[in-house]
Amino acid sequence: MKNIIKFPEPVSIIQSASVVGKLEHEGPLGQYFDMYEDDIYFGKDSWEKAESEMCRRTLSTLLAKANMKYIDLDLVLAGDLLNQCIASSFGLLDCNAPFLGLYGACSTFAEGVIIGSNLCSTHQIDRCAALASSHFCSSERQFRFPIEYGGQRTPTSQNTVTGCGAFLLECTGYPPYITECVIGRIVDSGIKDQNNMGAAMAPATVDTLMRYFNDSGKSANDFDIISTGDLGKEGYEIACELLYKNRLDMWGKYTDCGMLMYDYKKQDVNSGASGCGCSAAIAASYFIDKLKNGCKDILLIGTGALLSPVSVLQKQNIPAVAHLIHISNSRN
Amino acid sequence: MDIKEYKKYAENRSKRTSSLKNCVLAFIGGGIICVIGQVLFNLYSIFTIEEHAKLLTSASLIFLAGLFTGIGWFDVLAKIFGGGTLVPITGFANAIAAAAIDNKKEGFIAGVGAKMFIIAGSVIVYGVSFSILYGVAYYFYLLLI
Amino acid sequence: MLIDYIKVFIVGGLFCVIAQLLIDKTKLTPARILVGYVCAGVILGALGIYKPIVEFAKAGATVPLTGFGYLLAEGVKEQIEMNGLIGALTGGLIATSGGIAAAIFFGLLWSVIFKSKPLK
Repeated sequence: MKNIIKFPEPVSIIQSASVVGKLEHEGPLGQYFDMYEDDIYFGKDSWEKAESEMCRRTLSTLLAKANMKYIDLDLVLAGDLLNQCIASSFGLLDCNAPFLGLYGACSTFAEGVIIGSNLCSTHQIDRCAALASSHFCSSERQFRFPIEYGGQRTPTSQNTVTGCGAFLLECTGYPPYITECVIGRIVDSGIKDQNNMGAAMAPATVDTLMRYFNDSGKSANDFDIISTGDLGKEGYEIACELLYKNRLDMWGKYTDCGMLMYDYKKQDVNSGASGCGCSAAIAASYFIDKLKNGCKDILLIGTGALLSPVSVLQKQNIPAVAHLIHISNSRN
Repeated sequence: MDIKEYKKYAENRSKRTSSLKNCVLAFIGGGIICVIGQVLFNLYSIFTIEEHAKLLTSASLIFLAGLFTGIGWFDVLAKIFGGGTLVPITGFANAIAAAAIDNKKEGFIAGVGAKMFIIAGSVIVYGVSFSILYGVAYYFYLLLI
Repeated sequence: MLIDYIKVFIVGGLFCVIAQLLIDKTKLTPARILVGYVCAGVILGALGIYKPIVEFAKAGATVPLTGFGYLLAEGVKEQIEMNGLIGALTGGLIATSGGIAAAIFFGLLWSVIFKSKPLK
């Protein structure tokens, strides 16, 4: 089995964009996002349409920042958490570019970047946008309860991010680059509790990290940031313990987007953030900013819990997947 | 660590001791709602017979819980009081009102009408079914004695 | 008068504490807890245990969902005694019809008036 896929030519992230909701804007990373919206409906009349509008704004912001138009895109890769990925496909209806809809739960952003980088690196296409979104209310209604339903959340549950992040990829020779990736395996954790997705995703994360470090011969010390997508506090702590058991020293470089997004003291988010938009928005804002200001190498591990409301009701385990991408300022 | 061991490990981690604070809040919240019910009952009893006063009390609590749900206060209260708002008839009313409001965009037939009982429906299904079983048993019990 | 309200408060509060313990200690969903309460109410009503609680605590016992179950059981009992076996089918809903009809109608009313919005 091939563990690490190294792109023949490093693919440049020529531009990035992120749009988030109010709660995310009020979090510790608020200043890094390109746009935020106070109105949780994004000016629309349903949650699903709101998420679509958020996707649309993210893509147009991305292109505006790059001084480009829809016509300049050879491909758009997008995904979200809703049934049949309606948020991205309806939101990107106007862009008139070749479109691939993806589903990798919360790992969708990493999945899109991997596919896009591959196509760009081999020059089958020149330029593509990879995008992923999630919306608190549309997810809540699909996966949990109606919005107005009153109930207490368990400490291990996570708050779905209202946010969308996008990369514009092209081989231009300018940093930062996507240099390599590891495509995750589906790992069954045995966990059935949909309010404990951190625990469901931690084993997949560790599997992917082990495959990367065993094969690359690198150590965590070679990186400035190693970040998982949305394990939250619970999943992060479990992953740390599992990594320790596997004797993989993270040199204090390991963090998690689900923990970076909110202020645990001021915002009531239990174990932290989750959702496609979590890793996408943070990668497209905070991490890109870090790469411009001193950081050289970042590992982003998109983590996805592959459950559906039906699989949960049928009492199936929650399988998970974790894709790794290496974002670097150097070409190799 | 294999799947079974991991599952046990993760479940143990997530196990919680019920905090005294949660229980006290549930006690206070539930107590207050029941007292409001009693106050309403006493008020209605001035004007009407006991049977009707009881019904009006339930209907009023259902009305208020739904109204609070619509304004967006109920989920705030439920977050604080937990079981205190869930168990009184208010929890039942909230489940119906929340589902009705939430599914409005899918239309009044396939959305509101069909999905209104998505959470609370089971309460009626199993409550009524249990009562029928009891009724049959009670009927034969009466025949026997 | 005051002592009556204290009884209501304490008994009603205790029903809620039991639910809180179920929420915190088990992974039971709120819907399961509600169903459990109603069924418990029917059984306790059938066994004649719930009636004394209602007489003691009034609204403290009728407002929690166990009271709804108790009402179902009482209704069935009454109809069986009046009309025979057919009462098993009619009794429960006759006794609870007002509450259920109110919940349905008000639910519809709120959905016409209000728009869904999140907590935060």
